[in-house]
Amino acid sequence: MSDHELDARNLLCPMPVIRVQNKVNQLQAGDILTVYCTDPGVKQDIPAWCRINGHALVGEPEERDNDIILTLRVGD
Amino acid sequence: MTKQYKAVSLISGGLDSMLATQLVLAQGIHVEGINFFTGFCVEGHTHAIRKHDKNKVKRNNALWVAEQLGIKLHIIDIVEEYKNVVLNPKHGYGQHVNPCLDCKIFMVGKAKAWMEAQGFDFIITGEVIGQRPMSQLAKRMPIVAAESGADDRLLRPLCAQNLAPTLPEREGWIDRAQLKDFSGRSRKPQMALAKSFAIDDYAQPAGGCCFLTDKNYATKLQDLWQARKKRDYELDDIMLLKVGRHLRPTENFKLIIGREEGENNYLSGYRKQFTSMRVLDHEGPLALVDGTPTAEELHLAARITARFSQGRDAQNVEVGITTDSGSAHTLNVQPLPADELPKAWYV
Ligand code: SF4
Repeated sequence: MSDHELDARNLLCPMPVIRVQNKVNQLQAGDILTVYCTDPGVKQDIPAWCRINGHALVGEPEERDNDIILTLRVGD
Repeated sequence: MTKQYKAVSLISGGLDSMLATQLVLAQGIHVEGINFFTGFCVEGHTHAIRKHDKNKVKRNNALWVAEQLGIKLHIIDIVEEYKNVVLNPKHGYGQHVNPCLDCKIFMVGKAKAWMEAQGFDFIITGEVIGQRPMSQLAKRMPIVAAESGADDRLLRPLCAQNLAPTLPEREGWIDRAQLKDFSGRSRKPQMALAKSFAIDDYAQPAGGCCFLTDKNYATKLQDLWQARKKRDYELDDIMLLKVGRHLRPTENFKLIIGREEGENNYLSGYRKQFTSMRVLDHEGPLALVDGTPTAEELHLAARITARFSQGRDAQNVEVGITTDSGSAHTLNVQPLPADELPKAWYV
């Protein structure tokens, strides 16, 4: 299990979701991925993507400076 | 044990692909969705950019549909490859710059490759005969199956009974009797079917599933090609066509002016790629300059930008100009009077 980060700033949905999906495909179950975004659409889309594909969102989306930060745990 | 058959469904986010998928799911088939991002999709972006849409839920319809159906969704970035579809459609365009037939062939072809790579058995689309877009016209239906290479592994559950039986039907993986015979433009059968599945909250796309069917958007795209004397585009170009007012006062340059704060913020993300300007002594929008204006034209651009600021009635305003490389200077200009801004400049 390891921690990873992804910069999806300045991308509009669904690009951040696509980036997350492609990154998660390279990770192992249980890995933690923190994603940095700017498009508010991700607050809906990334959690929806996680629910559909069996990954878990860790905590609530967080807003810091101009970033929207989401953390997820990769499912099986 | 009987084999669990698997289908990949092209999910657009609209009602038809949702219903087509549900019909197949109801027959015990394992279905996963695939959604293609071309850059022209009517999803998310514009909603996310413009503030007045802030109260609307900015959901991605394809993700939402997948969640309602309880299926996985794979979103695939086809921006680069899709250029060839838009720029050189073998079967031509529809009403605007929408290469619908080539687009369908391309997407079904992609789905076929995905199906083979993942060990799936067939492909589902929500196409209905005699309904727009143009690839859905009856005589053209076989072209998509043939040219995509999907052949009889392409199932259209909503109109399957009007077509020759496909492999999944012939082999008994799926019961043809439970598929539909929809045709024509009427949306009533779809609505009734939606009701029978208790689906009541679905996206109603006006026109088409992408911006290429939008008249204003098509005009902007053609203007871009004409101005650059080259039919080509980058993802940033086509995203910017969805944002702001676009004015082309001369051949040499175009101004993209934010219409409100959300758009200004979005445009400001492009300040390293374009010369940008903003009125300094009044509230006003951010404007990007696309092209290579002469000094005189840059002065005109500043006057136009001033026209859209709160200082429009002032004698003179200060306009800050920053080039893409970051060097900045200021112009003191008279805002362009309304009657000197011809409608023809609006792209
Ligand atoms: S409307 Fe756009 S996405 Fe839909 S088939 Fe036509 S070109 Fe493709």
